[in-house]
Amino acid sequence: MGEIQIITANTAAALAAKLCRVQVVSAYPITPQTPVTEELAEMVESGALKAEYLTVESEHSALASVVAASQVGARVFTATSANGLLYMHEMLHWAAGSRAPIVMACVNRGVGAPWTILNDQQDTVSQRDTGWIQLYCRNSQEVLDSVIQAYRIAEQVQIPIMVCYDGFILSHTSTPVDVPSQEEVDRFLPPLEDRSGIDGQTAMNINPLILSDPRPNANGVVMPGYMEFRYRLQQDILGSLDTIKAADKEFLDIFGRNWDGSTWTYRMEDAEHAMVSMGSLASECTLAADSLREEGLKVGVVGVRVYRPFPASEIVESLSGMKTVTFFEKDVSYGYQGALAMDARAAMYDCSSRPAISSYVVGLGGRDVRPDQLAKATLECTKGATKFCWLDVRS
Amino acid sequence: MKRHQNYEIIWHGRGGQGAVTAAKVFTEAAYYAGFKGVSAKPTYFSERRGAPVSVHTRISLEPIRTFSNVLFPDIAVVLDENLLEMVNVTSNLKAGGLLVINSSKSAHDLHINGPFTIAVSNAYHCSETAGLIVEGNVLVSTSILGPLVAATNFVGIDNVRKAIQHKFRGKPLDRNLKALELAFENTEIVDLQMMSFIAQA
Repeated sequence: MGEIQIITANTAAALAAKLCRVQVVSAYPITPQTPVTEELAEMVESGALKAEYLTVESEHSALASVVAASQVGARVFTATSANGLLYMHEMLHWAAGSRAPIVMACVNRGVGAPWTILNDQQDTVSQRDTGWIQLYCRNSQEVLDSVIQAYRIAEQVQIPIMVCYDGFILSHTSTPVDVPSQEEVDRFLPPLEDRSGIDGQTAMNINPLILSDPRPNANGVVMPGYMEFRYRLQQDILGSLDTIKAADKEFLDIFGRNWDGSTWTYRMEDAEHAMVSMGSLASECTLAADSLREEGLKVGVVGVRVYRPFPASEIVESLSGMKTVTFFEKDVSYGYQGALAMDARAAMYDCSSRPAISSYVVGLGGRDVRPDQLAKATLECTKGATKFCWLDVRS
Repeated sequence: MKRHQNYEIIWHGRGGQGAVTAAKVFTEAAYYAGFKGVSAKPTYFSERRGAPVSVHTRISLEPIRTFSNVLFPDIAVVLDENLLEMVNVTSNLKAGGLLVINSSKSAHDLHINGPFTIAVSNAYHCSETAGLIVEGNVLVSTSILGPLVAATNFVGIDNVRKAIQHKFRGKPLDRNLKALELAFENTEIVDLQMMSFIAQA
C-alpha cells in the first residue's frame, strides 16, 4: 500500500526515479528542475538510492553520459528544463537514434530570450521531432506514476521518454501524492534486461559506423543502413501507443489508478463543444467546462497526455461531431500556430463532420491562466467564428 | 468564520521568513482535517532574502484541479506587519473573510478597516520566547499558525500539531510546538464587520 505525502511534483519525480531503482543519474541543475537533482543527490549520498551520481559540467554532458550508461545496460535518469533541454538538442537525437531507454523529467519552462524562469511548454514542444516519446502530466500524482510507467514503456520499445510537467505550477506546488511502496513498483517494473552485448570476454563495437546501405557486420550478419534504422524508429514509436496504453492498464491492476492511456476526456459524453489542451492547463480547462455547463453550454475537455507518438485516431474519435473545438496551449510554432492545434487540425481532416476549430496561445513565460479566462475564450469560439489568437496579451 | 467547502489563502512574507513552510504545514494539517484537496504554490520571481514573497493555498473537500493564482482569498496571512505598507493585502480579501497578522500592536492600533475579521498575535515574540531562532533569524512559520487556527474552525490546532510533528524532530519540534501554543493563546480576534455594524447602529 502507498502512503499519502504532501509533496511537490519535483519531489514526486525524484521519488519515482528512486522507486524505479535507477542505477545512474546524471543531471545539471537548472530552475525549476533543480530540486529533482538535489533530492536525488541526497538519496545517493545517504545510501538510500544505490546509484552512481555523475556530476557534469553541462546538460549536453548529462545526456551524453546517460546515453553511454544506458548503452552498457544501466537504468538511467536525468532531468532538465528550458535552455538546458535545448543544450541537449544534439544528444536528444542521438539518444533516440541509438534506442537508449532513457527516462527524463522535463520541467517545462519558457525559453530565453527574453529571460524567464517561469512556465510554458515551448521547451519540450520544440523538441517533438527528436524521436522521443513525450508524456504531459496534469498533476503531481501523474508525474510520479508516469515516471514509473515510462521506464516500463521505454525498456519495452527501446525509445527514450520525456515526462513533462509544468514548472512552478506543478514543480514547486505541494499537493497530496500517493507514494507507492517499493514492493508494488518492483512488481510493475522488472529489473532491466542486459541488452548491451558487452560481456568483457568479447569486447565488440556496439555502435558501428552506419553507412547508408545495409551491409554485413564483423560477424557476417547484414545490418540495416541509416534509413532502415530510422524507419524502425518511426515504426516503433508509432507502435508504442499500444505499449503506453497497455502499461497504463497494468498499472491500474497493481496501483488501483491509471491515467487513461494516450488521451483523456472530461464531461465529453454529451458534449457539443470541446476544449483541448496538455499538462496542468488541461486540468484548468475542466473547471472552465464546469462553469460553461452551468450556463447551459455542453462543453467537455479532451486532454492530450501523449503528444509523441501523436494519438491522432483517439483525437479524431473524441472530436468528431463536435460543433466547435478550441485548443489552448503554452507554445507556438512561430510563423504559424500552436503546435498541438496544428497537429490535431491535420488529423481532423479525416473527421466525418469537421468541427469549427479555434486555437489560443496562452500563459507564455508564466503568465497566469485562470479557468474564468479559458471559459470566456471558449464561449466566444462556441459562437462559431474560428480564430487563432493569443490570450491576455497586454498593451 | 463560516465553514465552507473550499478556502483560498494568500500568505504574505519576506524571503527566508518561513511563508512557504507555514503554508506547507497548514495545508498538511488541513489534509489531516479531512480536506482531500490541498495545494500550496509559492509565487517565484527573483527569490532573495528579505524580498516580499507570497504563497497561494487552496483547501477543498475535492481534489484540486486549478493551479492558477488566488485572486480573491478567503484568508490573508501577513507574516511581517511592515508588508502592510508595501503590499495591499486586503484589497481583494473577500467580505466576511479573515486577515491574520503577526504584529506587536493591537488590532485597534493597526488602523485597518474592512468587512472582515482580523486576528493579531505577536508571533515574532512568541517564536523568540520559544527559542525558534536559526542563524540569527527568528522564524515565524509555525507561530503564525497560532492566530490562524484560533480564528478559524476548519483545521484545528491538533491537526497543526500533527503536521509540525511530521516535519520536525527533537529540539526544533519542541520549539515549534511551543511557539504555536504561545501565539495561539495570545491571539486577539476582532470582527471588523460587526464593529462597523455596531458603530452605525
